[in-house]
Amino acid sequence: MEVTTQNFKRCDLVQAKGRVDSSTAPMLTEAMEALTNDGHYRIVFDMSGLEYMSSAGMRVLISTQRACKRFNRGELVLAVVPQRIYEALELAGFLGPTPLFKLYDNLPAAIGHF
Amino acid sequence: MNDNPLPDPIEESTVYCLNISAHYENLNAVREFVGWIASAAGMSERSVFAVQMAADEACTNIIEHAYGGESNQKIDCFCQVTPQELVITLHDHGQPFNPLKVPEPDFNASLEERDNGGLGLYLMRKLMDDVQFTFQPSDQPRDNILTMIKRRTT
Repeated sequence: MEVTTQNFKRCDLVQAKGRVDSSTAPMLTEAMEALTNDGHYRIVFDMSGLEYMSSAGMRVLISTQRACKRFNRGELVLAVVPQRIYEALELAGFLGPTPLFKLYDNLPAAIGHF
Repeated sequence: MNDNPLPDPIEESTVYCLNISAHYENLNAVREFVGWIASAAGMSERSVFAVQMAADEACTNIIEHAYGGESNQKIDCFCQVTPQELVITLHDHGQPFNPLKVPEPDFNASLEERDNGGLGLYLMRKLMDDVQFTFQPSDQPRDNILTMIKRRTT
């Protein structure tokens, strides 16, 4: 897996490519914590390059969302979630009955959220 | 991309086997292995993804809970295609694991209250048609067996 971070005026963009499982999830945690520990708490996660995500990756999303929501108007939003991963998030109950994340189907809309 | 090219087409009744050590870096090999057999069995792309994810979650649980973290201990992964089903069997020799003690995730919990314990097991049960755990009596050598079944046409 590859993870990159870009800083924008109103938010930060994290992009990941490849597969998130128990072996690679720590890389994603590291990228997310680098932001939240540095006071960056408006994050867009571009998932378009992801082929796979297990519950290990879902845990990273939850803990990042928790860290972001501690701040006023802090939030992690998800962009361009691939179909199979969307179904897995749905199965895990992340998208309802109490949705934990806002989803955007394109990057400009996700960045425009902030 | 497979390091160990497997025969194609697969044969029904043959039991295919992959042995790994309990390291997370081997999860990819497990997904490739069960994914190859599910694809060769003519299962849908959604079912292939489901068995790959279930096998990953199962092996992750074994590493985390049966072995208490990564180690050189073994996980034996068997896969068999029957006329109706794909059967995945995982053997480990760690601490027996009681699935009844794992609470189901609370989907109404708020973010702050949400605890991800049990998510892997919950996903395994949702992704597969049947999930069974069996354990040896305590006076026998430890052999924990997890059997997961997915119908070929769903």
